[in-house]
Amino acid sequence: MCGNEALAEAAILAGCDAYFGYPITPQNEVPAYMSRRMPEEGRVFVQSESELAAINMVFGASATGKRAMTSSSSPGISLMQEGISYLAGAELPTVVVNVMRGGPGLGNIAGSQSDYFQATRGGGHGDYRTIVLGPSSVQELVDCMPLAFDLADQYRMPVMVLIDGILGQMMEPVILEKKPRRSLPTKDWALTGAANRDQNIVRSLWLGEGVLEEFNNKLQDRYKQIAKKEVWSEPYNVDDADIIVVAYGITARIVSSAVDRARKEGIRAGWIRPITLWPFPTEQISKAADEPRIFLTVEMSNGQMVEDVKLAVAGKAPVVFYGRPGGGTPGVDEILDQIRQLTIKSEIRT
Amino acid sequence: MTGKIVIDTERCKGCGLCVVACPREIIVLSKKSNKNGYFPAQTDNHGCTACAMCALMCPEAVIEVYRDEAEDTEVDPEPAEEKEPALIEEKA
Amino acid sequence: MKTVFKRTPTLKDCPTHYCPGCGHGVAHRLIAEVIDELDIRGRTIGIAPVGCAVLAYDYLDVDMVEVAHGRPPAVATGMKRTNPEKIVFSYQGDGDLASIGAAEILHAGHRGEQITVIFINNAVYGMTGGQMAPTTMLNQVTATTPEGRIATEQGYPLQVSELLATLPGTVYIERCALSKPARIRQAKKAIKHAFELQVDGASGMSLVEVLTACPTYWRMTPSKALEWIESDMTKVFPLGRLKG
Repeated sequence: MCGNEALAEAAILAGCDAYFGYPITPQNEVPAYMSRRMPEEGRVFVQSESELAAINMVFGASATGKRAMTSSSSPGISLMQEGISYLAGAELPTVVVNVMRGGPGLGNIAGSQSDYFQATRGGGHGDYRTIVLGPSSVQELVDCMPLAFDLADQYRMPVMVLIDGILGQMMEPVILEKKPRRSLPTKDWALTGAANRDQNIVRSLWLGEGVLEEFNNKLQDRYKQIAKKEVWSEPYNVDDADIIVVAYGITARIVSSAVDRARKEGIRAGWIRPITLWPFPTEQISKAADEPRIFLTVEMSNGQMVEDVKLAVAGKAPVVFYGRPGGGTPGVDEILDQIRQLTIKSEIRT
Repeated sequence: MTGKIVIDTERCKGCGLCVVACPREIIVLSKKSNKNGYFPAQTDNHGCTACAMCALMCPEAVIEVYRDEAEDTEVDPEPAEEKEPALIEEKA
Repeated sequence: MKTVFKRTPTLKDCPTHYCPGCGHGVAHRLIAEVIDELDIRGRTIGIAPVGCAVLAYDYLDVDMVEVAHGRPPAVATGMKRTNPEKIVFSYQGDGDLASIGAAEILHAGHRGEQITVIFINNAVYGMTGGQMAPTTMLNQVTATTPEGRIATEQGYPLQVSELLATLPGTVYIERCALSKPARIRQAKKAIKHAFELQVDGASGMSLVEVLTACPTYWRMTPSKALEWIESDMTKVFPLGRLKG
């Protein structure tokens, strides 16, 4: 199945009650697929008038306790930032899929990774975080969907699934199956009509002296919990590596091929692939930086995740960047070349 | 039949809409302010018919209206003499 | 003694932050009375706007949500589509509905969302200090039209009810005012009808536009403000049932 359709089907299996979205390339297959499948399952589909409206429809459905999601691509996600901030402030669970394309502005429709900052630094106004998942295969994307809904419900916050146009469009074999849910808290805060109970209010405005500060601290405590428990990354051939390449998403697949070829040439290369981009696998990368080695970060951007790598490495090792912005895609040869250059420059024994 | 209204003068904001609405002109704004600094509406209920126009207009819903249907008293046909101006004078 | 008039239960018994003579107080009360008369408190969800009525949930004792400026019709869409048996209503001012939220209300009406919208038109932006609203009248002085609204610069006041009445997806549109007792009674009838339509499963959107006073930013006493609604506003915003 192609990535976009697979993620949609996986969302349905995960119990998504409502999908609201607006067309934008390269994720148009998602609303199209949902428009056909959601009514088949007796669930809700609405093509909204804009991305701005879509995220607010998600807000409404989520406020009543339903599992709601939307998808878009970079410019549309920019429009949704207000809504995402409100969702974070109102503690509403949501899943938002960003199928990244080249930017800034209208950009192009090729896959890109230039929304990393927007996704992991909170994009919208205010001090909040969204959990960000960065799968790198269609199967992993499919596995991310039920996880995203569970995380959103468990922690009452927006969860973003961050892929790029290539992953959205490419076809790979997938296994789709209904997964058991985590043990999740009941949504007694939801707006279901105040019959036989006090009114519930879903809000993000706290004007009283010190109240908003206290609320922010509560969110930060929650984020600390998440940073401890819900962080994943995949290491490969790290133990003896002189060069560790850090990449996520589709780039990690290309890096994987480059590293394998490097090894064949006798270069001791490995990679670490972050799967959660927030929380970032800081500890895993920091530990890897305890040994003498170089970190090469490869992204389809001008360098965004590389800053998190630098923070994790904390000066213990050199961090180098290679990237292709504006919808460009690095090839295996380019990356291999970068690895070779590092070997020569740093006089690491091969 | 007589009417009676009860105004929560501490919650009244002295907007004066009930004063204007009352067809018997029996509501006035007090010259003494309440704890919030407003000059609340008040009445001696003399001539009230429980028409509830005041309560209908009140933005704070602080007027309750009652009617005593048992008693068959005559409503005073003459308006009270020498009424004080009902509203605070506007600044010149 | 027989009680002729008393506060209805869904209107919380607490002081409001509204200015003396503000129309919100009466509008809230009418909605609360309708909810109680129709006995729908247990399944009603309301959406508060951004504006003076942002704290409406402190005054109306139903499940309520506070959302971004202008977005209530989209939020209502999400709520009603996933919970068709609930009564969903939005309460919006002229900035929320007619300015930043113009696309949202248009498309909710266009799609025929089965929601009830109460549109409070007081020709100005109250909360932020009295700026021009799309519904501000020509020559009206506001914080952003110090010389008065000029058609060639700022356009004409926006007649939302007329606009929405052209959409097949709207089933009931009426414009009322809270300027005197008879008008208030009519406004209550309209609001009740708008809620009843949703209770009965009408396949489209109901909207009641309510002309209300903002004495503070009209720079008038409350009673003069109500007179101005009658003498001036109703000329540009004619009262009556436009549809349904």
